[in-house]
Amino acid sequence: MPFASFTLENSDLWKGNFLKHATARDIESGLMSGEVMVRAQNLTKKYDDFVAVNSISFEVFKGECCGFLGPNGAGKTTTVKMIHCVLPPASGELTVAGMSVWEEPREIKKMTGVAPQEDNLDPDFSVIVNLLVYARYFDIPKSEAQKRSEELLKFIQLEEKRDVIIGQLSTGMKRRLILARALINEPRILLLDEPTTGLDPQARHLIWDKIRALKRQGVTIILTTHYMDEAAALCDRTLIMDYGKIIEEGRPADLIKKHVGEDVLEVDYDDEVMKELQEEFPGAELEVLTDRIRVFTDQPHGVFERFLKDFPMRGATIRNANLEDVFMKLTGRKLRE
Amino acid sequence: MKRSSQITSRFALPKLTYRVWKVWMRNWTVFMKTYKVNFFPPLLEPIFYLVALGFGLGSLVQNIQGLPYINFIAPALIAISMMNSSFFECTYGSFVRMYYQKTFDAIIATPVNIEEVIAGELVWGATRSLISSSIVLGVVAAFGLVSSPLFILIPVVAFFAGLMFSAIAMCFTAIAPNIDFFNYPAFLLITPMFLLSGTFFPLADLPGFMQIIAKAFLPLTHAVSLVRGLIVGNLESSLLISLVWIAAVTPFFFILSINLMKRKLIK
Repeated sequence: MPFASFTLENSDLWKGNFLKHATARDIESGLMSGEVMVRAQNLTKKYDDFVAVNSISFEVFKGECCGFLGPNGAGKTTTVKMIHCVLPPASGELTVAGMSVWEEPREIKKMTGVAPQEDNLDPDFSVIVNLLVYARYFDIPKSEAQKRSEELLKFIQLEEKRDVIIGQLSTGMKRRLILARALINEPRILLLDEPTTGLDPQARHLIWDKIRALKRQGVTIILTTHYMDEAAALCDRTLIMDYGKIIEEGRPADLIKKHVGEDVLEVDYDDEVMKELQEEFPGAELEVLTDRIRVFTDQPHGVFERFLKDFPMRGATIRNANLEDVFMKLTGRKLRE
Repeated sequence: MKRSSQITSRFALPKLTYRVWKVWMRNWTVFMKTYKVNFFPPLLEPIFYLVALGFGLGSLVQNIQGLPYINFIAPALIAISMMNSSFFECTYGSFVRMYYQKTFDAIIATPVNIEEVIAGELVWGATRSLISSSIVLGVVAAFGLVSSPLFILIPVVAFFAGLMFSAIAMCFTAIAPNIDFFNYPAFLLITPMFLLSGTFFPLADLPGFMQIIAKAFLPLTHAVSLVRGLIVGNLESSLLISLVWIAAVTPFFFILSINLMKRKLIK
């Protein structure tokens, strides 16, 4: 019975091989016992005078999906690249599965799958050959590589594009293939750098499904994104980065509750209305964006409904507070880059 | 102090394992996919040269060092194909893979490290030299221009001379801000070598100081003299100098180019 939730998708790869690494109990015990997969202490990266990552410390636990959020240039990609040993840190400690990125980069890379932000699929090859050639870099024997590649194509639903050259794939298909390529070595840690940027909703949801499936298999996932709905949908825990620092961390739901409360009231801007709101909600935060007022409060659910019943207002809507509200509150509205 | 540590870092011994071979295999797989395009031009080009320069121009030229003109230039064509194939593979070819295709980025996310990627590219460049020059050698033989069984050693020369040209090329790739930059080495290094390395006329016909420059600084000079010696069967002591020259210059640029590329790619 404990395996019931793991037999998923139409591929037996996920029933078989990944479970060698982790079972339901492993994942639970990993999370509960706090078994650490990635640990960074005072991790810093500098480019000449620019500090891309500024002395950050964090832990990623076995079996969790941990999201790095932040505006462009916050240091997310740099952090990910240091974890998979492509960029050497300037200072600080960084270990993956207990191994130092300085001492054992090859061992770390063997157990890590990487889906980079940019498309670096090999345009000289077809879809299947991309996977086969990539498998060679991991010393995967040919017959095993063949088997895994076919299974992965099934997993990402690209079987009918098997022999198509990379240039003829859509952006969404390329992203899926990059995900498949990251899985060719059956990684225990998966690093996904903005896995759905630029995708249409269909392709996004397909990728999300696959990420969830992998998480259920016990793969530790580190994800960077600046889509808040993506982080809320996938991540057990999020770290919000800005200007090379981690400025907040926690479960998405907790962060929302802590920073922006449960509900948000939005109404059309008007001086009168503003005054009225300030009187009615003295402890609340009022934010004006273009011609709308947003009211954040730490008062419990239902307070806005009661208020609107007595004072109907133009264009008023009540919605759930979300991670984007937290993000904007913490990182501000200033455009980056 | 800082300067000396900079110099030692340029010549640090790269950490290489059998994984160099995986990178070589990647390029070989691409090459074999389009082998018709890859084999045809190197087959035709020497035929044009032999006909135009050998028969055409050669009818107006007296024997050189006791050789008919076509026999004199045939070994040079083999050596030139070593230079061109490996040099352009590791400039334009490597630059496209590095910058436009991001192939190196993809590979270094695996257990293969950056040193092995560059070494694999260099050995691949040497392989291109071996393949191209062997095709030209076949054409030269078909024209009946091979007179010594020592020609059998030419592929060995092709590999090591190719490795040398690849390593020099990779140094340019490491400092190239963009792909147009390669016009500089192509016109300022490859073209003079093509013309002035004892290829189409003997080095002895150059002014004295230019002979010295050609022998001291132009790698093609040494490739040409080795190939000519092996085809004609004329083993002079000067061939030993060429051999030593290549044996010294190749590891120098091999190590330098790997370190320069590492510095460029791993910030």
